[in-house]
Amino acid sequence: MIPGSILFSIGISVGFLLATGLILAALLIVAEKKILNYGACRIDINEGERRLEVPGGGTLLSTLGENNIFIPSACGGRGSCAYCKVQVTEGGGMVSPVEEPHLGAEERKNQIRLSCQVKVRKDIKIHVPKELLSVRKYRGKLLHKRPLTYDIVELRIELLEPNNIDFVAGQYIQLESEEYNGHDRVMRAYSMSSLPSDKSHVELMIRKVPSGICTTWVFEHLREGQEVTFSGPYGKFHISGTDAEMIFIAGGSGMAPIWGMLRDLKERGIMRKATYFFGALTQKDLFFVDELAKLQQEVSWFRFIPALSNEPAGSDWKGERGLITDVVARYMPDCSKQEAYLCGSPGMIDACIKVLKKGGMTEDRIFYDKFA
Amino acid sequence: MDHLQNNMGIVMSIILIFTSAAFTDNILLTRFLGMCSCLGVSRKVGTSIGLGLAVIFVTASTAALNFLVYQYILIPLGIGYLRLITFIVIIAAFVQLVEMIVERVSEKLYYALGIFLPLITVNCAILGISLFMLNKPYSFWQAFAFGAGGGFGWFLAITIIGGIREKIKENELPRGLEGPAITLIIIGIMALAFVGFSGMIKI
Repeated sequence: MIPGSILFSIGISVGFLLATGLILAALLIVAEKKILNYGACRIDINEGERRLEVPGGGTLLSTLGENNIFIPSACGGRGSCAYCKVQVTEGGGMVSPVEEPHLGAEERKNQIRLSCQVKVRKDIKIHVPKELLSVRKYRGKLLHKRPLTYDIVELRIELLEPNNIDFVAGQYIQLESEEYNGHDRVMRAYSMSSLPSDKSHVELMIRKVPSGICTTWVFEHLREGQEVTFSGPYGKFHISGTDAEMIFIAGGSGMAPIWGMLRDLKERGIMRKATYFFGALTQKDLFFVDELAKLQQEVSWFRFIPALSNEPAGSDWKGERGLITDVVARYMPDCSKQEAYLCGSPGMIDACIKVLKKGGMTEDRIFYDKFA
Repeated sequence: MDHLQNNMGIVMSIILIFTSAAFTDNILLTRFLGMCSCLGVSRKVGTSIGLGLAVIFVTASTAALNFLVYQYILIPLGIGYLRLITFIVIIAAFVQLVEMIVERVSEKLYYALGIFLPLITVNCAILGISLFMLNKPYSFWQAFAFGAGGGFGWFLAITIIGGIREKIKENELPRGLEGPAITLIIIGIMALAFVGFSGMIKI
């Protein structure tokens, strides 16, 4: 038998704690509604190109996301990746201490801000790159996943919702992985290798990154027929409007945007002279060689040069040997009149830029997409 | 005349309580409370001052608030033993509320103080001050002075630490001593200095 006085004090304690918790929680909820309610705010994008009317209080990044404008962001709004920079010309408020380390003097002068740290508290005017306005979130179905080499697969995705995409050859999308083995969802960028005219499909080439969260998911968990989500198109890597001869340099999955560009050129009947240097280690790292050789036969303007740097000396390989930078220098000793399109790892791109500059190419004629 | 002297006595006791809480009983240097935010934020004087000011404000106001709750709700209900959990909840809710108000009222103040507030929701120095003040038979204003003094002591300590860390930033240290390690050593040496104050004031 428990004495009544003990029951009584247990009752009072529990009642008191419950009451305190409830009162404080209610107080905070009311306060949040009342104090942090900024009413409706207007967001003006690119001097009236788009106008949004949104409830204030959220961050600029999330508010734009709710309105289907996707600013690239990798850290999820914690202010650590600094990808989500936009120009805020009016109503952005003060630069917060979180942003400070990410903004240089030039950026500060241009009113660049981290959109994940800017709160929408009043009417606000921003400038974003035009192509970001056409970025959407897509849902699609994986039609096939086929190995191109031992560590590169090709994905072909059929778009479900929305069911078509407008992009320029060379652009990329951000594929979202699903949760597995305790890894959260992540977004990773992959270039599209498909043709812009095929609006209802997207093709990607993905190379396995050792212990990479997204590529491991693609290689080990993603199955044909499964639904996938991604956003895009992003990026400014595309064929210029000039008629200069073009040098393409890419190895491995860096071929993705270039495969798209070459087929796009052919389809549109553009006859600019082009040479594609495909760098690989050994024969087993090569892929699409037959397709590219076929393209070389079909059109007069295209030349394909695969080169291997680690092929054993006595093998049956009849093509070029050596580092891709050396091969390029051998074929193009003077490249001051050409334009170059590079795609691959930062190390490979920097090495290529060095060689091209030595050959007389100016930096404004070199376009690249670094797979970092 | 008696009345005036009485008032003088109270004012003196309040000043004494403030000073002793700030120096002889420095919460950071003699009790080693509030260490985590101190180690994390004391890299620069500017941010140290910001966090320190936020701590002064929160310790003073939560000490007063918790004093009232303890004296007028917990004691009459006979549930003084619930003070720990009650104080935690009150401090957390209070800090959240203040953060919201600061964010709304002044952007400048928000970036100077407000962004530090979530950091100190769980700062043990604040809970410590609210609990220690109950060990002495303080009146309301004395409790308030104890809270403000405790916060001021913490502010003083973290600002000095911030200053020293800024000074030694360029110095070369053995790798194992970089960052928190050397900071703990600095805090230890400062604590020795502050021990010198102990016994100067008796309350």
